[in-house]
Amino acid sequence: MLNQLRPALVLLVAMTAVTGLAYPLAMTGIAGAIFPAKAAGSLIERDGKVVGSSLIGQNFTGANYFHGRPSATTAADPADATKTVPAPYNAANSSGSNLGPTSAALAERVKGDLDTLKAENPGQPVPVDLVTTSGSGLDPDISPDAALFQVPRVAKARNVPEDKLRDLVAGQIQGRTLGLLGEPRVNVLALNLALDDLAKR
Amino acid sequence: MTTNGWIQIALYCAVVLALVKPLGAYMTRVFNGERTFLSPVLAPIERGLYRVAGIDARQEQTWLGYAGGMIVFNLLGFVLLYAILRLQAVLPYNPAEQSAVAPDLAFNTSTSFVTNTNWQSYGGETTLSYLSQMLGLTHQNFVSAASGIAVAVALIRGFARASTKTLGSFWVDMTRATLYVLLPICIVFTLFLVSQGMPQTLGGYVDATTLEGAKQTIAVGPVASQVAIKMLGTNGGGFFNANAAHPFENPTALSNYLQMISIFVIGAALTNVFGRMVGDERQGWAILAAMGLLFVAGVAVTYWAEANATGVLSQLGLTGGNMEGKETRFGIAASALFAVITTAASCGAVNAMHDSFTALGGLIPLINMQLGEVIIGGVGAGLYGMLIFVIVAIFVAGLMVGRTPEYLGKKIEAKEVKMAMLGILCLPLMMLGFTALATVVSAGLAGPANAGPHGFSEILYAYTSAAANNGSAFGGLTANTLFYNSTLAIGMLVGRFFVKIPVLAIAGSLAAKKTVPASAGTFPTHGGLFIGLLVGVVLIMGGLTFFPSLALGPIVEHFAAVAGQTFATGG
Repeated sequence: MLNQLRPALVLLVAMTAVTGLAYPLAMTGIAGAIFPAKAAGSLIERDGKVVGSSLIGQNFTGANYFHGRPSATTAADPADATKTVPAPYNAANSSGSNLGPTSAALAERVKGDLDTLKAENPGQPVPVDLVTTSGSGLDPDISPDAALFQVPRVAKARNVPEDKLRDLVAGQIQGRTLGLLGEPRVNVLALNLALDDLAKR
Repeated sequence: MTTNGWIQIALYCAVVLALVKPLGAYMTRVFNGERTFLSPVLAPIERGLYRVAGIDARQEQTWLGYAGGMIVFNLLGFVLLYAILRLQAVLPYNPAEQSAVAPDLAFNTSTSFVTNTNWQSYGGETTLSYLSQMLGLTHQNFVSAASGIAVAVALIRGFARASTKTLGSFWVDMTRATLYVLLPICIVFTLFLVSQGMPQTLGGYVDATTLEGAKQTIAVGPVASQVAIKMLGTNGGGFFNANAAHPFENPTALSNYLQMISIFVIGAALTNVFGRMVGDERQGWAILAAMGLLFVAGVAVTYWAEANATGVLSQLGLTGGNMEGKETRFGIAASALFAVITTAASCGAVNAMHDSFTALGGLIPLINMQLGEVIIGGVGAGLYGMLIFVIVAIFVAGLMVGRTPEYLGKKIEAKEVKMAMLGILCLPLMMLGFTALATVVSAGLAGPANAGPHGFSEILYAYTSAAANNGSAFGGLTANTLFYNSTLAIGMLVGRFFVKIPVLAIAGSLAAKKTVPASAGTFPTHGGLFIGLLVGVVLIMGGLTFFPSLALGPIVEHFAAVAGQTFATGG
């Protein structure tokens, strides 16, 4: 075994240096040079201030904005650090709900959200993504149906015609990649930024 | 289920299949020590390393020397990683000011990365500094994968050689796997991932003011360089807590697709390396076919189950499939496909929360791991795991016709079968033994977040994932406790080394044997009959061992879900 020690030590140190430092640092340099905005986290600035990342969802609650999906992320309880409290779209602590298909807690939560949404837009089927939490709790997207479902509420809150908002949503729909991969979607932050721009004009 | 979903799945299989031959040819050259197109750059580096390390590249090792080298190397790697995690608070590259990792969590995480499991008791963005992510985790992602590939190559040489004591040099195989295979692919892959929006920065977490005026702290970091090797090396430990579901760890449908391909590509190509080295590529294709059959069956079941969303969602009249725990940009098909791939291989990265899968949708990932991750499997580990089953299958076939079993001209005798059984049996011992323990002690029962059979599934999944060196989880389980951190770590160690060492023993024993020329009585091992036999042996061994535990967890939960039953937690 002892004659194995030298190769083991030397290779460990060398591999640590190459794969643990040289590789990630070189990649950081190259990526920062070729794709500076993306490497930094696809941040969006308005008036010189960072308002978010185009890839990270935000917790929209007002009736005058389109809402993202429910989020199960949490944060440490300010009153008691050993406990956690719900903190939707906490981008420093991603997580899903981890509730299973026979969970009573899941049934209660979904039913509550369903009742709220049905009251908001009666007679329309509720898209499933509006009542389910995403895997990361930071899903930036909703389905096109989920965006269209919210049009009456936003139109009322902003006092704009529904047709105008439907056009706005239609313009924000991203199709499947290469027409094949993933699912069609609407980026909620981008949609709401466009909504604010609409109001300014 | 949609036509588009099936097309996405079919295209995936086609792309992986198309890559098998070219990558297999390249890796064969690498491990035979031949020149490749990267040699002009890498050969001088390689020679320099060997000179400093005192390695003679032509000096080969016996199976004991090979195993010893691997163990010493992994042990030192473990000590280094443990030290980095414990000291991260005083080391550089720690903009989020993470404190030292607790001893039990550091033990669990070091074990997890050295064994290529990458179980996440830690929550990336809330626990680890950038230095720990790079120097600790990224580095181990490379070398643990490289050791897996090395052991598979040693076993292949055992079959390919005759009347010799040596299997090659662990040092050379490990170095070449890292420098010639993993690193070059990762460099290209990292840049692709950044082009899709994956961060690669040493800057600190960003504070944003949302449109509604709230403060949002956004965790970033050197993500892409780690994710590239995390997928390619079937490691699977996330930079972020939510792993590949996190938009920064998997920004687009295209990044998702390439991540899925990178999980399978080396494992699949190693079957071709096997075929080439034993001098008959058909032997490799036969093994890949057996893997492929099991894989496609698993994908079909999980996709169907997730599209139907049996349980709470369907009871409430929602259609559109089980989107709880899934991301909009991937949808049902790409999430179900990912779940089956990541558990068929020993990757364990997740792009959707397996804990929130339907009972039957979550059953398949569980079975994939319980079968020993032989469906493509971890890089190296999948091939040597499947070759263990091949030995058992050949033995069973030999018993049926009453002659000494042979495989590729090697007589399969008592020693090989005993070692194969040792490798196979240590997995259920860890998976079922610890599950049984956790369901009777209070420290274990404190873990599950879900009540009823799903809570049992959470425990079973954890130990299954640990022993199979997968690393995915039913994440509701509170596993960052002394009890779970230590028992899971034991499961990982046994699941890794009590398979690898018997495999090397088999390799040593096979290499020493003479090659017997094929005769009319030799059972052909490249045809449909052999593929069927192999699939049958894998399924029967898995079924006999694990059916009772599955019946208590996902199967009973499925019937409860159909009946509309729900379970509330006591507290």
